[in-house]
Amino acid sequence: MNFKTIASLMGAAAVAGTMLVSGAASAEDKVGFIYVGPVGDHGWTYRHDIGRQAVEKALGDKVKTTYVESVKEGPDAERVIRQMAADGHKLIFTTSFGYMNPTLKVAKAFPNVKFEHATGFKRTANVGTYSGRFYEGRYVVGKIAGKMTKTNVIGYVGSFPIPEVVRGINATMLAARSVNPDVQIKVAWVNSWYDPGKEGDAAKALIDQGADIIMQHTDSPAPLQVAESRGVWGVGQASDMNHFAPKAQLTAIIDNWDKYYIERTKAALDGTWKSDDTWGGLKSTIVTLAKFNDAIPADVVKLAEETRDGIIEGSIHPFMGPIKKQDGSIAIEEGKHIDDGTLLGMNWYVEGVQGELPK
Amino acid sequence: MLLKIVKRPEPSKAMVYLTPIMALILTMLTSMVVFTLMGVDPIEALRNFFIVPINNSYGASELFVKGTPLILCAIGLSVGFRANVWNIGAEGQLTLGAIFGGGLFVYLHDVDSVFLLPGMIILGAIGGALWAAIPALLKTRFNANEILTSLMLVYVATLLLSVLIHGPWRDPDGFNFPESRLFSPSATMPIIMEGTRLHFGTILALLAVLGTWLMLAKTLVGFQVKVIGAAPKAGGYAGFSQKKIIWFSLLFGGAMAGIAGVSEITGPIGQLLPSISPGYGFTAIIVAFLGRLHPVGIVFAGLLMALTYLGGETAQINLGLPVAVTGVFQGMILFYLLACDVVVHYRFTFNSLGRVAR
Amino acid sequence: MTGFDWLVPVILTVITAATPLIFAGIGELVTEKSGVLNLGVEGMMLVGAVSAFVTATLTGNYILAVAAGAAAGMIMSFLFGILTLSLMANQVATGLALTLFGVGLSSLIGQDFVGTPVKALAQLNIPGLTDIPIIGPILFGQDTLVYLSFVSVIAVSWFLYKTKAGLVLRAVGDSHTAAHSIGYSVIGIRYLAVMFGGAMSGIGGAYLSLAYTPMWAENMTAGRGWIALALIVFATWKPSLVMVGAYMFGGITILQLHAQAAGLDVPSQILSMLPYLATIIVLVLISKDQSRIRKHAPACIGKIFHPAA
Repeated sequence: MNFKTIASLMGAAAVAGTMLVSGAASAEDKVGFIYVGPVGDHGWTYRHDIGRQAVEKALGDKVKTTYVESVKEGPDAERVIRQMAADGHKLIFTTSFGYMNPTLKVAKAFPNVKFEHATGFKRTANVGTYSGRFYEGRYVVGKIAGKMTKTNVIGYVGSFPIPEVVRGINATMLAARSVNPDVQIKVAWVNSWYDPGKEGDAAKALIDQGADIIMQHTDSPAPLQVAESRGVWGVGQASDMNHFAPKAQLTAIIDNWDKYYIERTKAALDGTWKSDDTWGGLKSTIVTLAKFNDAIPADVVKLAEETRDGIIEGSIHPFMGPIKKQDGSIAIEEGKHIDDGTLLGMNWYVEGVQGELPK
Repeated sequence: MLLKIVKRPEPSKAMVYLTPIMALILTMLTSMVVFTLMGVDPIEALRNFFIVPINNSYGASELFVKGTPLILCAIGLSVGFRANVWNIGAEGQLTLGAIFGGGLFVYLHDVDSVFLLPGMIILGAIGGALWAAIPALLKTRFNANEILTSLMLVYVATLLLSVLIHGPWRDPDGFNFPESRLFSPSATMPIIMEGTRLHFGTILALLAVLGTWLMLAKTLVGFQVKVIGAAPKAGGYAGFSQKKIIWFSLLFGGAMAGIAGVSEITGPIGQLLPSISPGYGFTAIIVAFLGRLHPVGIVFAGLLMALTYLGGETAQINLGLPVAVTGVFQGMILFYLLACDVVVHYRFTFNSLGRVAR
Repeated sequence: MTGFDWLVPVILTVITAATPLIFAGIGELVTEKSGVLNLGVEGMMLVGAVSAFVTATLTGNYILAVAAGAAAGMIMSFLFGILTLSLMANQVATGLALTLFGVGLSSLIGQDFVGTPVKALAQLNIPGLTDIPIIGPILFGQDTLVYLSFVSVIAVSWFLYKTKAGLVLRAVGDSHTAAHSIGYSVIGIRYLAVMFGGAMSGIGGAYLSLAYTPMWAENMTAGRGWIALALIVFATWKPSLVMVGAYMFGGITILQLHAQAAGLDVPSQILSMLPYLATIIVLVLISKDQSRIRKHAPACIGKIFHPAA
């Protein structure tokens, strides 16, 4: 424990003290965050907490942010959300899919409190939803991967076979095949969002099976570290993980909630907040890409930048037809792109991905 | 002059009741120091841990909501622990209970019947018991140590639930997200206190406590459990079957954990999720011993444990203390409680010169 | 030779996956041999991992870092010793409480070190020997701690079965009253065994944060302490079998990942069950021989000892 931490704890205590003295009607409004992991996971939760700190920095004179970390999905979540709502929080961000039904239940009982639920699909008058189109980032990465691979095998470390992850795998595949028709993707699921050892082992297994590019949809930098030590390419997840793998990281797909959290907090403060669904990608800056590795040839960088800019302008849609499913059936014909509803529930692989999804 | 610990001829009745208070005072004193060092007002911190979470009826009801699965699992485990059967896989048995009970709803979701919920509870108990029957079988038939088998089956159970929820049991209208349909009212535990989440599962837990108490005190099988646990050889001479007790205590523990699983999904959760317990099955082991394996003790231990979780959440919201502090604090309380137990069975004497304390 | 090329990296992966389990398992085995059951392995590993990581980051000295991990684990186990040996608290509950405590304490210590990279522990490289195909990298290309794990298994075997001190330790675990009446300090010996277990768990944790995945993140052990505990039961308290168990468990974990990557048509969750199921099945097979288990299992495990009792 260093001075900084002690100081921040003291600050928190002082604030809490004044809050209790002045009673419930505090001059500052409170915005709450509920996290599924510890803020020290260096992945999903870590990025949300960076967003919270951005709110504190930008609007610190008007709002006080609070958070509860490592809240398990289920009964605990509902209790913590309710406690925050009852405690006079004006806006509450619930940052995991499993908080969906608890958020709705509490929101019903507290119509004057605003709620923002991440990655869900159920909305009410005081519950909005938001998420990132991370697959847009993966589509750009897929172009780079398709160009950079020599073995034509991309290894993908997956967490759980949910639509979010499947969408990322498919976007990567479509992009990679568009520049290199021989590319395959091999997937290894670790059945955990967070188990550094096992994530690393999965990356090793994929490399041993010929992958020379490692992508991941799990939270720790372990797969990237493995890529670095084995001399293959990797892609950072959630944060820029360049310092973990300066040679191997091609780029990173960064979750960036800062702007969104500040905007929504402002809206809640000035009364313009309305329940809606934000599914923001590269354009909204919820998804951003880290600096491209210097070792990537200029033409590939150019291709990646064009792809990114195209997605931002709207001229490129990652799921533009024609797209074939793994079994050969047509998912979407030429000239159309897959709609958001289908994307949301995507549970099939596109052609070229190896392995089977649970039915 | 030496400090000596001397065994009391029999456990001190007074100390049984005094030790929790001793532990509490020691915890408070230590926390004062720790929190002051961390720059947090110690009184405020303790107030947030112990009083704020339950200073209204809703908070108090939450204590029982959180305590219910802990008490159910712990009461089941305590019977096994008394008989030296080391079932540490209640977490897996809880999961199987949820799979069996929740599975009934998944297949009968459009049935609106008063028998649905009881059916789920019974199936949950069967599911938990069946999962515990595996270690029982392997122990009695193949002599395989139940610590390992029951623990390994926890991981298997969790993965089994994951297969089902990511696959066939997904909510058909849920965009393929890993969760089941929301349970209908006839598959939901009735609320027993309006405006709270206090549900019928808590009553089940208290009934289980009462039943276990009666069983241990009044029935032959309860007597056998106690004798085999205290003196296996004496039990053997008396003609008690060790195997029978292993089977009984594992099935009983499994059934209780299974009911805890159903109580969670039909109570506060309201559907099947990939993860339905934040480790209740493991925490219950602490609860069982903290309650000295006694049914009433387990109720208090379960509630105390629940309170430290609630307190941790409150301290995070109100004081901005990281969740890590909760873990350290929880560990400390438990250390003191466990350490203070020593004075129930032993007393401290200062042993000087010839007074040998033997 | 080409036919076995794929095997070498697989074996290397298995070795790194198994090494933390061996350290924690072999340490806890000595603890259990003395008749004490410490279920706090997970907590001790975490505190060891973070202490080693912080030391490595601040000093850059890896010997010091591993020593710090060992010392941190030892302090944790000393705490356990005070509670269970001196104050005669229940071992099972205290061990579990130690895990809760360790999870919290490690994240408090490490909160300013999340996201900091550290250089991985260096691997042995003996020109000539390490370059030998297949066996070269396996036998001569590991990091120091892997060799230490081999050494510790051999040393613990030798200590337990070939030295008088080992005999005494086992006697204490098999019948504390008998050992006490001959004049051995049961409590003193158990303290040493418990602290050895803590130190080894700490080194196991250090291996995680310095070599296996060189970083610190909260809860990074992800349940390995529990697997280590299970492996001792699996090994029927024989040191060499702890190692066999760790390699078997690690091996099946890696193979199922390979099976997935190869596109096997089975849900990944089912494949992920295999290491656990295999451990159960092998235990069942080896448990048939009751006499051997009785020979190695400490009879007094988990039982409280009081000299006057």
